[in-house]
Amino acid sequence: MAAVVEETVVPETEVPVATDVTFRIRRFLPDVDEDAHWEDYTVALFPTDRVLTALEKIKGELDGTLSFRRSCGHGICGSDAMRINGRNRLACKTLVKDLDIKKPITVEPIKGLPVEKDMIVDMEPFFAAYRQVLPFLIPEGHEPTRERLQSAEDRARFDDTTKCILCAACTTSCPVYWTDGQYFGPAAMVAAHRFIFDSRDSGFEQRLEVLNDKEGVWRCRTTFNCTDACPRGIQVTKAIQEVKRALIFRRV
Amino acid sequence: MQTHTFDVIIVGAGGAGMRAALESSTRARTAVLTKLYPTRSHTGAAQGGMCAALANVEEDNWEWHTFDTVKGGDYLVDQDAAEIMCREAIDAVLDLEKMGLPFNRTPEGRIDQRRFGGHTRNHGEAAVRRSCYAADRTGHMILQTLYQNCIKEGVEFFNEFYVLDLLLNEESGEPVAAGVVAYELATGEIHLFQAKSIVFATGGYGKVWKTTSNAHTLTGDGMGIVWRKGLPLEDMEFYQFHPTGLAGLGVLLTEGARGEGGILRNASGERFMERYAPTIKDLAPRDMVARAMVQEVREGRGAGPNKDYVYLDLTHLPAEQVETKLPDITEFARTYLGVDPITELVPVFPTAHYAMGGVPTNVETEVLRDNEHVVPGLYAAGEVACVSVHGANRLGTNSLLDINVFGRRAGIAAAEYANSVEHVDLPGDPQGATIALVERLRSGTGSERVAAIRKDMQDTMDMNAQVYRTEATLKQALGDVQELKRRFANVSIQDKGTRYNTDLIEAIELGFLLDLAEVTVVSALERKESRGGHAREDYPNRDDVNFMRHTMAYKSTDISGEEYVRLDYKPVVTTRYEPMERKY
Repeated sequence: MAAVVEETVVPETEVPVATDVTFRIRRFLPDVDEDAHWEDYTVALFPTDRVLTALEKIKGELDGTLSFRRSCGHGICGSDAMRINGRNRLACKTLVKDLDIKKPITVEPIKGLPVEKDMIVDMEPFFAAYRQVLPFLIPEGHEPTRERLQSAEDRARFDDTTKCILCAACTTSCPVYWTDGQYFGPAAMVAAHRFIFDSRDSGFEQRLEVLNDKEGVWRCRTTFNCTDACPRGIQVTKAIQEVKRALIFRRV
Repeated sequence: MQTHTFDVIIVGAGGAGMRAALESSTRARTAVLTKLYPTRSHTGAAQGGMCAALANVEEDNWEWHTFDTVKGGDYLVDQDAAEIMCREAIDAVLDLEKMGLPFNRTPEGRIDQRRFGGHTRNHGEAAVRRSCYAADRTGHMILQTLYQNCIKEGVEFFNEFYVLDLLLNEESGEPVAAGVVAYELATGEIHLFQAKSIVFATGGYGKVWKTTSNAHTLTGDGMGIVWRKGLPLEDMEFYQFHPTGLAGLGVLLTEGARGEGGILRNASGERFMERYAPTIKDLAPRDMVARAMVQEVREGRGAGPNKDYVYLDLTHLPAEQVETKLPDITEFARTYLGVDPITELVPVFPTAHYAMGGVPTNVETEVLRDNEHVVPGLYAAGEVACVSVHGANRLGTNSLLDINVFGRRAGIAAAEYANSVEHVDLPGDPQGATIALVERLRSGTGSERVAAIRKDMQDTMDMNAQVYRTEATLKQALGDVQELKRRFANVSIQDKGTRYNTDLIEAIELGFLLDLAEVTVVSALERKESRGGHAREDYPNRDDVNFMRHTMAYKSTDISGEEYVRLDYKPVVTTRYEPMERKY
């Protein structure tokens, strides 16, 4: 059975051209610097290169002291959230062609967590908040010999919040999180949502105690920064609202 | 310097490490040392599923799964190990479900299953639905679920602690595990960890190649440490190139795309896999599909301006199916190539993906120091290990299975052993070698840069030790890598600081990569046959008479003091299945 390719669109590839792009990077080396400062670096990049590629090039060719976390390089591991042109994004999921390269591209660490070095922040407060909402299944009754049954509809109910990669882009874009210092932040709410709306979970009462705290879910001011920042496209604000509603009505 | 004492130390917090930790931490005092935050591990990038003969959607049994694994591995699989893995697969999946993993569901509410490459009904009759999955995010869900359960169980993590050395001591003239040395990224401090049992779960070494699906951090640290201790590495010539990497980038697109009905086409639109594997076509095992793709390109049927890739076609599938079953890879194609898989063909080409070889272990995950003897207290599980359940070619989904089955076994075995023995004394000057390694790199003043050497290594490995190899290309690669090792001796880094010195980390990682590149190439040169993922154009056939055996590579020193890779061999364990010609 021969295929008919004519009916489908065969992608046309233009010959790409490397262009000089300048990055204005917020630098802080704790062994040397007293304060953070900006430094400019210019590297030749293709339009389809990622910002992470640029940082790798700068580190490898221009300045080995430039420090940032990265691992998978394609938006799955959540290591490289940073502020790029003032917006929280993953460096590995932001392409040069989607940025205005006529002026320097600014790169800064995410806000609201202590900066340790360049783009590297202390993630511990973020993970501490995550751990507080009991981010694990709390089942009830006897363990079945086979799998627990769950309808496709029940599985779909919490699908969106299972996508979270704990990159902290949402939490560190939240103005309440910046100023409050106590608020769990959106990512922890997303984790709570993922379990509260899982039909197999019976931990609602336990989580309610945590979330009903004055620093819990009620601090959210629905500014939607978190939803805009999420590199996984999770409807973060909606999830927080659903958690609030569940708390008010005491049921899922 | 700080010293810590635990019963069990687990090195690595991907799927295998955390699965081990869940077992070990309830039985013995356990710590997990990981150079990344646990949720950054590359288990999270696995997509298509985890096979187990649950028979939720059609008839299946673990014996068929075992057969497929053995045949898929081109008969280099140790059959006792494969049988254990496939039998325990069913509980491994059910355990994950009970921990909360959100699998996709059938209309009856059971775990849904889909087709995957090389997994067949009744010894090759037709493709079978065996892969348990959560959209194309199965690895992500496994990693998250295991981490969540580690939080639930209070597992102790040392995050961003990079283990650089394994400490062995001698008891009655034989090496036994005593501890590890770790470098704390945040401070630059060296930590000693004394332990009765040590589990290596450090993953693979895909960054030896340029085009790879692997994370930047997959630099073979665990294999490299074990190698430098004089312990063997098994079957390093067998490295898997996954057929469908995004062309030019290597980003993984799951085989589940073909499991859902996706088709590979060449430039003229032909479904070329019909010629290579008439029965299961696009769902042939990865080694065969990767070779077919390279063949199409070599014979001028490649697509694109340089005719250097083929297409993955999902356009005939309902948009809803693609969006819901394959959402992440759809997004990858859109983000990184600007191609929409719903309406357009996706350019793909093989990408370095998975090490079948690694640290040899028995089925109890105990590390072997030669063909017969284990190192008491030392365990390995996951991609770092070679049990060998994957033989010459791993079937898709069997890696997620491997980490769960053997991760669990490692956790139990390590804890039980720890509870039965006393701590072994640390050897003299335990941190000396690590401090010397760090200081040499930190104080180096040579003219060589890490990034430049790494690029040259990756270029030669892509060019000369990829899907197809010959004696000439492998010799070229070997010469290049040895020259790069000489250049590496002259490397310097710019960051001289103590805190989060990622410049230093990358230099250390490169050292491991260069060692492993050399072992890979030397092992490949000596295997003068084609089997599974090792395709020698100068020896195109499988040679069971001379090469039905595992390669065991050892770091050795000749009489002039020169280091070299010494090769030995280990028999394959055969139980039920006699080698047959591998046709699909």
